[in-house]
Order: sequence, then structure tokens, then C-alpha cells
Amino acid sequence: MLARRFGDFEAAEDAVQEALLAAATQWPGEDVPRNPRGWLIQVAVRRMTEQVRGEQARRRREDLVAQRDGPRSAPPADAEDESDRDDTLTVLFMSCHPALTPTSAIALTLRSVGGLTTAEIARAFMVPEATMAQRISRAKQRIKASGIPFGMPAPEERADRLHAVLHVLYLIFNEGYASSIGPDLHRDELSREAIRLTRAVHRLLPGDCEVSGLLALMLLTEARRPARTGPAGELVPLTEQDRSRWDGAAIAEGVELITATLAKGAVGPYQLQAAINAVHDEAPRAEDTDWPQILALYGLLERMSGGNPLVALNRAVAAAMTHGPATGLATLDALDGRLAGHHRLHAARAHLLEMMGDRRGALENYRAAAARTTSGPEHRYLMTRAARLTAP
Amino acid sequence: MKYMMLMQFSAAQTDFPGIESWTAEELKAHIAFMQSTNEEFTRSGELVDAQGLAMPDQAKIVRADGGRPPVVSDGPFPETKEFLAGWWIVDCDTPERAVELAAIVSAAPGPGGRPLNMPIEVRPVMSAPSGEV
Repeated sequence: MLARRFGDFEAAEDAVQEALLAAATQWPGEDVPRNPRGWLIQVAVRRMTEQVRGEQARRRREDLVAQRDGPRSAPPADAEDESDRDDTLTVLFMSCHPALTPTSAIALTLRSVGGLTTAEIARAFMVPEATMAQRISRAKQRIKASGIPFGMPAPEERADRLHAVLHVLYLIFNEGYASSIGPDLHRDELSREAIRLTRAVHRLLPGDCEVSGLLALMLLTEARRPARTGPAGELVPLTEQDRSRWDGAAIAEGVELITATLAKGAVGPYQLQAAINAVHDEAPRAEDTDWPQILALYGLLERMSGGNPLVALNRAVAAAMTHGPATGLATLDALDGRLAGHHRLHAARAHLLEMMGDRRGALENYRAAAARTTSGPEHRYLMTRAARLTAP
Repeated sequence: MKYMMLMQFSAAQTDFPGIESWTAEELKAHIAFMQSTNEEFTRSGELVDAQGLAMPDQAKIVRADGGRPPVVSDGPFPETKEFLAGWWIVDCDTPERAVELAAIVSAAPGPGGRPLNMPIEVRPVMSAPSGEV
């Protein structure tokens, strides 16, 4: 689904060096950019993209040569010291094995490496304890039956398997974050647990940029939790949140982590999402948001995710905020085929039409989105937006 | 993702005799099937809840306008051609899986042990928002 992270450390260092060099040669003549750190990140990322493209072309050539010459052994991509490997990590790799469905991987991970009892996991997912106990035990059986040896994945599988682990941790976080609305308190323990587990992985693999990126993404998202619901449990969109209620300490930690990580240059999707959230979280007011930077980051994320249409949708919104709603709407039109009937497409179009002052079009799209979402809070939010437009 | 599976009895859409005319053996087989199916859904880690409802002649309809005392009408209601017989809530990975589960209960045995082919309505249960709005 998401592309694998960018290349190696050396290439990354080169990219940052080049960015610094570009800064040193350009800044004396030009005005210093308003946000020097963001600017550096952009330059470094651009250099990395160029390098990776060159590298991919070279690798394709080499693969062709290798196919012609027959198989040969190569050293593992990221050979690592055995002593770094810890039980927690081994169990985590097993629990997030690709042989399991996401639902069972999540349950098994929380039970085997998380600090939650089966009853607590059951409550968090609002299913009976007996069902959750069966889900966990079936996941264990499934791993046993698949004959996967217990232990760390082979070095050549390592990157893919780590990606699966990070994806499961991300799903756990999202489950807790997305559903902790109003008085529903059981579920924020899922986000806390996801952050705790990601911290543990980060301690074990401090050099992995995507692990750091995921941890930063969680911290920067979790920081906004206190402001994302109103007193009646209603969703408050990012632009209307009371930013004084954001968790400053979590933002500081997340920003520091993502800044240090991006400087290493092995950029990946979680880091880009963390960077986008850092840009949001650093804006004192919604109107101070550095949309051009968010637009650039979404552009990269879209390329890296192989043109994921939901990422493209977010880029369209960022384009609207940067260049005006007409540009954003044109970008959305290009998504009609791939996201046809998706409630997020209608919701985004509704917001942009509202920005343009097209009341009727906005209303129609808010209603279409409301009819298609399966989320209660989202449904109420969309209906409220629509109702606002019908008010005289 | 959670789904509700509604067993919607409809005189127009079913072609088996009413449950009051089934033999004791037929009823027993039907009940045993429902019980073992629910156990199976628990074993698969998917059952959230399953309930059968009393017949519609036990129903009451309540209406209140917030001012006057509520108006309560008792069943049976002569216009009842369709009624909710029971429901399941399941938590499964995909909508396709929810359809599979619905197909299992749709084929519950009826008279002569033949599958009832009952219409089961599958509806997603409203859940958390899918992302930032």
C-alpha cells in the first residue's frame, strides 16, 4: 500500500549537505525564508527524490543484468547487530504477521505486547470478552498453522515486516484517536497504548526513520485531541479548533523528533505525515498555516504512495488553501473515477464549493457525503454543515 | 467494522408457512441451528450481539409530543406484513465477510429441514470518523 522508505543513510546525508549548501549560497543574496527549517526540509526532500529516481533507474538496470546472469547472493540491505534484537520486537513481528487479518493482528498485538487484558481490549473494541478471547486465540493458531518459525524475520524480509508492524501500530492509534469522541473514554487507552508500543520500538530501533516518523505523527496528532470535540461531543474541524487547548509538550516533542529525523534524510510516508501535522500544529492560528509547505509535502506523499487517491484528495484541499478553491476543485475532478461515490470526495468538494460561495453545490455535496459515511460523528458534522447553509 | 444483520420477516418475500404451523422437530432443528451459528460466530471472533424478538403482537407503539401524556397503542397491528424477527451485530474485516455471515443465517432450516432463504438486511453500524474532517 504505502511505498517503502527511501534509501540509505549516506545518500540522505548528502541530500542534507546539498540543502545546507544551497542555503549558504542563496540566503546571503535573498531574504531568509520565513521558516528556515521547513525550507531546509523541502530542499533536502527534493534532493532525495531526485537521487532516489536515479537510484531506482540504476537498480532496474542492475536487476535486468542480474536476471540475465542468473541468481547471485547479495548482502542484506540493512544487516544489524544481533544484540539489538529484543523479545518485545520478536513478539511484535510475530503478532503483526501478514498472514493475519488486520483485526486479528491488532487484537494479538495488544494482548501479547501491550499492557491490556483481554477484557480491556474487548471493551475498547466494544465486543464481548468471549469473542475477543476467541479472536486472539484464533490468531495464535493461525500463526502456528502457517508454520512461520518463531523469531525475527530474515534480513531480506525485515523492511516489509517492520512496515507491517508500523501499520498495525498506526491502526491501533487511529482506532483510539478516531473513536474517542465525547464521553467515550474507554478508547483513548488504545491511542496511549499505541504510543507506548511505538516508543518501545523506537528505543529498540532508534536509527529507523519511519519508526521515528510514526512516533512523531502519533504525538503531533494526539496533541490536538483535547480540542477536536466540542462540549456536545461534536467534531470540531482543524481550522475551528481552540488551539490553546492543544498539548504544547506533545507538540514540542513531536516537532523535535520529526525535525531530527528528516535531517537524516531517509524520508518515508510516516515522516511526511508527521511533517504535515507539525506544520499544522506550529501555526498559532488556522490562518497562519503554511499551506504551500503542506501542499509540497502532500505532493511528495502522493508520489511515494503510488498515487493513493485519498492522499491526492488531501493534496487537492491543500492546493485549494494555497491557490484558491478553483484549483482544488479541478484536482478533485481528476479523482472522480477512482473515488467515485466516496464520502470524503463529496465532503472535500462540499467544503471547496462553500469556499467559492456556491451554496447549492456545497449543500448537495454535504448531503451526499452524509448519506455515504458510516461514521456517526462525521454524519452529524456533515448534516450540521448542510443545515448551516440552508439557514436564511 | 461492525454490521447489523436484520432478519426481516416479510409475508411477501418468503414462501414458507408461519412458524406456528411448524412441527416440534422442525422448531428444535431451527433453534439448534441458531444456537450453533452464534457459537460459531463467537469462535470466529466476530459476534457482538444476537437477539431474537418476541412476536409483533407483543409490541407496543409509543408516541410522545413532549407535552401531553404519551400515546401507547398495543399490538397486534393488522397492517403488520413485515416485522423484525431478530438481529445480529457482527464485527468483521470486510463487507464481503458480513454478506457471507448473512448468507449463513439466511439458510437456517425451516419446515422439512429446507433452508428458509430468509431476506437478511446487512447495514453498517455507524462508527468512528475515518479521519480529520
